[in-house]
Order: sequence, then C-alpha cells, then structure tokens
Amino acid sequence: MEVQYWDRERETMDRESLEKLQLERLQATVEQALKTVFYKRRLGKIGITSGRDIASLQDIEKIPFTTKNDLREAYPDKLLAVDRDEVVRLHTSSGTTGTPTVIYHTQHDLDSWTDLTARGVTATGATRADVFQNMMTYGLFTGGLGLHYAAERIGMIVIPSSSGNTPRQMKLMRDFQTSVIHATPSYILHIHAKLAEEGYRVEDFNLKKAFIGAEAHSENTRKKIEGLFGMEVYNSYGMSEMNGPGVAFECVCKEDMHIWEDAYLVEMVRPKTADRVPDGEEGELVLTTLQREATPLLRYRSGDLTSLNAAPCACGRSHRRIKRIRGRADDMMIVNGVNMYPSTIESVIMSVPEVGTNYQICIEKQGSLDRLTVRTEIYSKMFTGDIKALEGLKTRIREKLKSAIIISPVVELHEPGALPTYEGKAVRVFDLRDKND
Amino acid sequence: MTKQINVFVENKPGRFKKITGVLAENGVNIRAIEIQDRGDYGIMKLLVNDPLRAHVALTEAGLAAALRDVIAIAIKDQPGELFKLAELFEACGINMLDAYGFVTQAQQEAIWCVEVEDPSEVTRVVTEAGYRVLVEGELYES
Repeated sequence: MEVQYWDRERETMDRESLEKLQLERLQATVEQALKTVFYKRRLGKIGITSGRDIASLQDIEKIPFTTKNDLREAYPDKLLAVDRDEVVRLHTSSGTTGTPTVIYHTQHDLDSWTDLTARGVTATGATRADVFQNMMTYGLFTGGLGLHYAAERIGMIVIPSSSGNTPRQMKLMRDFQTSVIHATPSYILHIHAKLAEEGYRVEDFNLKKAFIGAEAHSENTRKKIEGLFGMEVYNSYGMSEMNGPGVAFECVCKEDMHIWEDAYLVEMVRPKTADRVPDGEEGELVLTTLQREATPLLRYRSGDLTSLNAAPCACGRSHRRIKRIRGRADDMMIVNGVNMYPSTIESVIMSVPEVGTNYQICIEKQGSLDRLTVRTEIYSKMFTGDIKALEGLKTRIREKLKSAIIISPVVELHEPGALPTYEGKAVRVFDLRDKND
Repeated sequence: MTKQINVFVENKPGRFKKITGVLAENGVNIRAIEIQDRGDYGIMKLLVNDPLRAHVALTEAGLAAALRDVIAIAIKDQPGELFKLAELFEACGINMLDAYGFVTQAQQEAIWCVEVEDPSEVTRVVTEAGYRVLVEGELYES
C-alpha cells in the first residue's frame, strides 16, 4: 500500500500537538466570532467576551450550539466577521425549505478550503498525472468549485464538466481518458444505466477512481459502483456550512473518512438530548470551524448521523475518522411505529444483483396503517425472462427488507430506467401520509 | 431449438407501443406474441423472424429482454389435434410453464409453443411420438 500526503506534517501530527493547535485556533475563532452581530449577542449573554474565556477544549461546552435555523435568522450578514472588502466569495444554500443561509469566504478561507480538499484527494492516491472530470454542479452549490480548485492546485488536468448532459460526459470521459471522476453516487449509477443507449462500453474509458459525496449512501452502493466500472470508489464528506466538500475524505485504506481536526473541532451528540456520545457510538456530528475568518461557526449541528473511529489508521494520519453518514437525523422515518432510515433500505437494494441501482421509497396511509412500498428496477443484464424467477425475486427482496427494517414492505418491480433519475442529489423518499390525512 | 424473446414490461400505457416500435424500426417481423400477466407487470413473449437482432435492439433501447428456448411443435390444424398432444403430455408427466399457439397454414398446420423445465427431454419425447419439432431458424424466415 502506497501512502502519499499533501501536508505530511499536519496530517500526521501527534495528538498532543494537534490538540494544542486546536485550542489556540478555537480561542482565535471565538475571538473572530465575537466580531459578528450574531455571536456577540449570543456569547455575551453567557459572559464570553474574549477567546481567553475558553481555557481548554472542554470549555467549548459552555458555548451554545449553532443550528441551521440560527444561520437562517442571521441571514444575510449577522454572521459576517470581516470587513466586506475582505470577502472574495459567498455561497448560499438553495433555500428550498425557507430562508437561505450564506457562508462568506476571504481569500485565506478559500485557500485553506482548497488545501483541506487537496489533502483528501491526495489521500486516495490521485496525483497530478490524473485527468479529473468534475461532474458536481458548479455554482452556489459548493460541490463543484470545492473539488475544482483542489484538483487544480494538485496539478491534475481538470475537466469542469459540471453535472448533467450525460452523453457529453461520456464523450469527455472517452476522448480525454478521464481517470478520476467526482459525482453523486446516483449520478454515476445513472451514467452506467445510459452507457449502452449512448453506444459506450465501460472498456472505452480509463476510469481508475471516483470520489462520491453529497448523498448519504451505503457500503453496498460503493461496492456496486466499483463492480460496474472496475474502479476504486472513495467516500467524501462535506457540507456548505463547513465550506463544502473536503471536510472528511477516505484514504487508500477505504475505511471511514479522516476528518481534518486542525480545521474542524469534532463533537458527537445525541440528536434529541444533545448529550455527548462516547467514541464509536452513533450520534449527530457537531463541528466548529477552527481557521475560518469570514464566517466562523461554533458548535454547528450538522444534522448528519455518524460515529467517530479513534483507532489508528494504517495510512499514518493522526486525524480521527468518521463512519459513512447513515443519514440525517431528520431523515428517520417512522412506519407503523417502527423507526428506520432510508439508507438501510438502500443497502438491501444494492445487495441484490437482479435489480438495478435506482429505487424509490413510498409511504402511504392505508386505513389506520402505514403502507411502505419499495420500488426497484429490473437490471437488464440479470434478466432471464422467467416469471417465476421474478416472483421469487420479489419475495426475496421483501424478506431481506423485513429482516433489516422489521416491517414487511410491498416490493414493486419496474422496467430499467422507469424510475426518475437525478443529476444532483436524488430524491428517493416520498412520504404521502400528511397529504392523505 | 426455437428462440423466443421475453421482455419485462410494466403494466402501464405506452409499453406495448414502445416495444413494437423498437421492433418496427429494426425491421423485425413478429410471428407470434403472448403476454404473461402478473398484475403490475408482465412478460411479453415474442416469436420473431430474427431473434438475435430483436434482442440486441430491445436491450439497446434500455429494455430488459432475454432469449429463451421454447419448443415449437407442428400439429395439424384440425379438431382434436391439441387434445392428442395434451394426452401425450399427461402420459409423460410433462408440465407446461407457459404455452401458446398460432396457425401457420389454415386447415393444415398450426404451431404449439411450449416452455418447459427440461426442453431437450421434452423434445425427445415429442419427437419419438411422431411430432415434428421445429429446428432453430425454421420459423424465423418463413
């Protein structure tokens, strides 16, 4: 196993030095936060008026959590900590569910973001010799630009194809022998589903690696994509509030994602009670930015469910790892009184070779009970033409799902390509219960 | 053995048009067609003049299609002939998974297509009883 680093000193620094650096940076961040209207008021209420009021890393617990809703209320500029002249870019969230949120960046902020992301890309073994096709949307969505600048800084040949226009993506991949791609897992699966229709075979490409992110997905999805394309697939994690992609990345060991602890202070809490969760147990990820100037965020509730892996990694990096995101705390579905996450259903679907990779989960009211329907597509290469086999397949999927989620769903089989596909983040869960009530 | 194409088809408007459209575009002639229905979906079974071409065309159009062996048995087109064949099947314990028939020359010849668990064994039994089992390709170009 060959291990390469982008910033060896930082990535492998011993825990003691790392924590010392974290405390220095935390104090500076609190100092910076006090320059914002939002934090000046909030921290003032609890008597924090200077970075020196935080004497240890544990002291962070004095500070209240910051939530998505706080960001909405602070919109557009109550969380801005620098003079407007220092700001070189801003990213806003889509605001589809209400008021948008905004994150400002100074040139220093963008530089650090780019370096953190370059660490992740380098950790997967990618180098300047690679041709990188970036299929994440460019623009206000941070997925595109975040990886773009990191790949450029590494010196890769960057193809800024953005998302969509699948036939052109395939042509670019073939003509320039793209070796690394960055996309959502659902978009990569969509490309695979369209290959034959567009007259391509996997062998026409030179794909070696894919970075996937922006969607919670299962280990089985990773394996499925690796099998379909014969390439290595690396999971990455990020969110716009914490810059965007590059917050955490898998290394060549492909076992959980290193989260860059010199840039983010990591806490894990129970979603309901906000109590601390011990290492290894699942909780909601809470992050504090440690080197951001324009929009410092303290104890930001990510809403993402994961757990911390503090075990040493074979790659030598000292930064702890987070497990793949199981979903968002608010993704949890309650069907007939049973709690479940869409990711559990996805994991089952991806483990069944006879069905494709696209699926939908639908919950409806039927009388007083909830009815859960899981829609899948037949995978044409595994289709034998036998109706008995199809009925057996339905039963097998239903049984597997039942043992994973306790309740027995209705399983529907659809033609390949019948379910809608998404070029960005996929929408797979349709809860129709409220409308029926 | 005769090749039949089985196509997975959802039970919703427009699917029949889609499949026949692909075949029309590729100049494939349909000899016989049958649909095995399971409510929300079914399998459309097609005997065509060029099964390989049809299979490629349907797959490239994104449909789930598979080539299957079927036994095409020639019988006389007159009363009682299918009954005689049924008696043979019963006597030999042959269970049909699916079957359909069509007339090739009125009053003279009809074809009875059957899907069975063990096509080669059934071909042997039927041939020994004096029936003509159509060989691969015989139906395709006629």
